[in-house]
Amino acid sequence: MIGTRIRERRVLSGIRQTDLAKQVGISPSYLNLIEHNRRRIGGKTLLKLAEVLDVEPTLLSEGAEATLIAGLREAAGEQDDIGAEVSRIEEFAGRFPGWAKLLADLYRRNEGLERTIETLTDRLAHDPYLADSLHEVISSVTAIRSTASILVETEALAPEWQNRFHRNINEDSARLTEGAQSLVRYLEGAPNIEAEIKSPQDEMYAFLAARGFYFPELEQAMAGPRDVTRLVQSEGQGLSTPAQSLTRDLLMRYLSDARTLPLNPLLGWIASIGLYPDRLAEKSGVDLAVVFRRLASLPQSEVGPVGLVICDASGSLVFRKPLDGFAMPRIAGACALWPLFQVLAQPQIPLRVRLKQVGRGAETVEALAVSTQVSAPSFERPALMQAHMLLMPERPEAAAAPLREVGVNCRICSRADCVARREPSIIAEGF
Amino acid sequence: MGKKVLLIEDEPNIIEAVSFILSRDGWEVKTHSNGHDAMEVVRLRAPDLIILDAMLPGKSGFDILTEIRGDAALGATPVLMLTARGQSKDREMAERAGVSQYMTKPFSNADVLAAVRALVTP
Repeated sequence: MIGTRIRERRVLSGIRQTDLAKQVGISPSYLNLIEHNRRRIGGKTLLKLAEVLDVEPTLLSEGAEATLIAGLREAAGEQDDIGAEVSRIEEFAGRFPGWAKLLADLYRRNEGLERTIETLTDRLAHDPYLADSLHEVISSVTAIRSTASILVETEALAPEWQNRFHRNINEDSARLTEGAQSLVRYLEGAPNIEAEIKSPQDEMYAFLAARGFYFPELEQAMAGPRDVTRLVQSEGQGLSTPAQSLTRDLLMRYLSDARTLPLNPLLGWIASIGLYPDRLAEKSGVDLAVVFRRLASLPQSEVGPVGLVICDASGSLVFRKPLDGFAMPRIAGACALWPLFQVLAQPQIPLRVRLKQVGRGAETVEALAVSTQVSAPSFERPALMQAHMLLMPERPEAAAAPLREVGVNCRICSRADCVARREPSIIAEGF
Repeated sequence: MGKKVLLIEDEPNIIEAVSFILSRDGWEVKTHSNGHDAMEVVRLRAPDLIILDAMLPGKSGFDILTEIRGDAALGATPVLMLTARGQSKDREMAERAGVSQYMTKPFSNADVLAAVRALVTP
């Protein structure tokens, strides 16, 4: 509301309406209409008003609160059941800038805290590395306590038993020290990321993210398994052995996908057809899941932001390439309403859904999901399935797709009465 | 010969310490360290009491306990479960599976001994 801002600025400067009108060269009644937002203003009058009021013209035309209003819109979008008067948001920001800033700041702070809770909860609840480390520590403590009690309480302990128990305590105390130090580094490693002890999956994702999930050396026509080995040996030197193994497996699949759907034809088809995975699959004659993986491996400069998440039949997430606006848990426990899990029950029947995550502002993403068989069945075991969900910023042509409200995981989801809830939410119900 | 206790636990130093205190108290202690073939060992040993770790390689203590309770010959054997997981849901899971007593790690030797003595009638 440009008029409101002019009026506020004039009042703050202690200038009377008549005086300002005179200095600008307009009538007081016209200025009055401008200040009450009944006349549009621009051009020379605006520049002159800004000059007399000693402010940047953009401060009057756009207002310092452009960012503020965006923040307020996000806050209102998240709590749309409260019925905030979104249509009067500019008026609110203009009339009560202090309160508006406070509200927007609180919203931002709340959002930051939610992310922290999400990270910590995810670690504590679903992190097998943490669970294993805790188990190791408790087992060491148990052995030490039990053995030490024997040494203290047994008066005439045979020397060979004494020696054996002393050795056991020594071994267990070394294990305990190592385990406790790892745990402390793991839980308190941030903000020094380098010092943080990571799971093999974390290490692999850090490796992939550093390359933007794109490996030009594996896109070459002559690329082979030796290039994967060379890549892991040269750039993955710092990775732990399990992380190297995970990374090698993943890059081998990358190589196989790149051979099935080479880069240049793929980019050519994208240029002629557009970013339509189903049409690209039809044109190239390859499986839709392969197209998903290829699109997620291309540089953002070619295809824009693309996220991908893959799970196995147990629902464990085996691959995650994040997309801004759609949060993913680190290992498991994702929201059961994701179409990723729905397609596990309908192999080879793709699904397109628009997704909006509860508590994530008003951003909507387009999700395309399909599940495929990754290994053939035998009489000893069933076929192994994997579901893929490609994520892209919402496009106009996806407007007809159904919109689904989903979460990240139950612990940090505030959605009440959710049929898919597995555990209480710490946001809605406290710890 | 004392009553037979079968200790199923995968931590070698815990096995050694618990075996020592029970043997010293007059129990005949046999040990086993994985879940894969634990049921076969239980059937073979036919112990008077089983001390069972909840987290074992191959098969969890909860699953082994369920199998013991479903076995007509072994179903009445008292089972003392030792676990590093103290959450109430784990305790409830063990109780549903039919545990005789549930003890969280780290435990005291005196408590283990008292539990074993209480669970096996002389």
